[in-house]
Amino acid sequence: MQALSFDEIAGLISAKYAPEMVAPSQGSLVVGGEHLLEVASYLRGTPELDFDYLISVTAVDYRGHFEIVYHLTSLQHSHSLVLKVRCPQDKPVMPSVVSLWRGADLQEREVFDLMGVSFAGHPNLKRLFLWDGFKGYPLRKDYSSGT
Amino acid sequence: MALKTEPFVLNIGPLHPSTHGVFRLLATLDGEVVIDIEPIIGYLHRGIEKLAEEREYQKDIPLCDRLDYVAAMSHSMAYVMAVEKLLGISVPERAEYIRVIMVELQRIASHLLAVGSIANEIGTFFTPFMYMFRERERILDLFDMVCGQRLLYNYMRFGGVSHDLPEEFIPALAKFINQMPGYIDEYDQLLAENEILLVRTKGIGVLPPELAINCSVSGPTLRASGVARDIRRCDPYSIYDRFEFDIPTRTAGDCYDRYRQRIEEMRQSLRIIRQAVEQLPQGKVNSQVPIRVRPPQGDVFVHVEAPRGELGFYLVSDGSEKPYRFHIRAPSLINLTPLREMIIGWKLADAIVIFGSIDIIMGEIDR
Repeated sequence: MQALSFDEIAGLISAKYAPEMVAPSQGSLVVGGEHLLEVASYLRGTPELDFDYLISVTAVDYRGHFEIVYHLTSLQHSHSLVLKVRCPQDKPVMPSVVSLWRGADLQEREVFDLMGVSFAGHPNLKRLFLWDGFKGYPLRKDYSSGT
Repeated sequence: MALKTEPFVLNIGPLHPSTHGVFRLLATLDGEVVIDIEPIIGYLHRGIEKLAEEREYQKDIPLCDRLDYVAAMSHSMAYVMAVEKLLGISVPERAEYIRVIMVELQRIASHLLAVGSIANEIGTFFTPFMYMFRERERILDLFDMVCGQRLLYNYMRFGGVSHDLPEEFIPALAKFINQMPGYIDEYDQLLAENEILLVRTKGIGVLPPELAINCSVSGPTLRASGVARDIRRCDPYSIYDRFEFDIPTRTAGDCYDRYRQRIEEMRQSLRIIRQAVEQLPQGKVNSQVPIRVRPPQGDVFVHVEAPRGELGFYLVSDGSEKPYRFHIRAPSLINLTPLREMIIGWKLADAIVIFGSIDIIMGEIDR
């Protein structure tokens, strides 16, 4: 059991992946959407990293693109990591990480429901809080609650 | 000759006494045995994340109280901590101690409700529940003293708390923490070896540790499965590193262990409160942060150990008076991820106990 610092984790990642696939930026790793599953499997499966616990999945609408944010931690090593993945607004589809962490199941459905980002490979992708006929995605910035 | 059976679908809720709020469960049954479930949520969805993003930071404190309405102190504390981290401000010592006293009292009040409800689900109709409400009421009276509210407190502020403790608070708290261990012993006399409770909870609804970790389960539900993850210990916040307390765990991960887990955690919370009262310094309770704040651009994630598990706030600031993004990592929602595995194969009456033993609050699930 040994907690790694962010720089050490970023060093391991940079040694394995090209900077256009994954790059450290301001304390988090910015990953290209098409490489997410590969990088995530590496983070989960490498013994010295062992990111076995997915704390949180959420999304931010930056007007033009979405950013999907993953907070990971390792129960054994007690180090943590933030992954950020940019997702284009005109094609809001991301790979699902449910096959690696089932904890993403309801959280990806929540992002799908409220932000309108799809997760390819999710076993049961449907709206979580709102009903099927609901128009629009309330957490997008072009949606006003009218209050 | 074997009896020919056919599965049928039973709708439970959204308004049903066993569902702790507007939770709906479509259960497919074969006789009495549950063979499939589909949870349906969203009946209490108020769009709190969107509402919060359309309001100034300080106006979101009362909204956070309304997430988990039986643990409002914990939620508003987590939110103000996140904004304080964005602003880069510190909190006076006395306010930190007061916050810890409040959220640990809140944990006891919340666990009392949880244990009372588990007992209710088993069929001990409201007797244990009323014993526990007797003590929960004392805690609500203490909250009433400090902020005039019993349920939704609006007590936390950026940089501290809204008021100092009134004179009568510490004597009343001291009396409570001296009496409470005796009351917990009383609950144990009533329940710990109660035959009905044992039969209905031992070995029922087991959540294996590997599944719990994979499903991001947190809080007492995770620790009852033997995983010693508690944010107060693994990522200490506020002043939790100054107190001596244990992180109890259980081994079986069944409904009985989830009930016992909460009893043990109440004893640990009392230990923390006792130390906090002894060390409580004099001084300011608020660092005079302006009412309207404009945090610098950036994002923060702050997580705390709320009564139901790991509660997180992910805030993004664009430098304006309103949070650009306001996301809540709600333990009640994520703890439902393994519900299917826990319930399938058990009888319907067990399913109600299993569901109750996870201890959810719809206010933070639906938001």
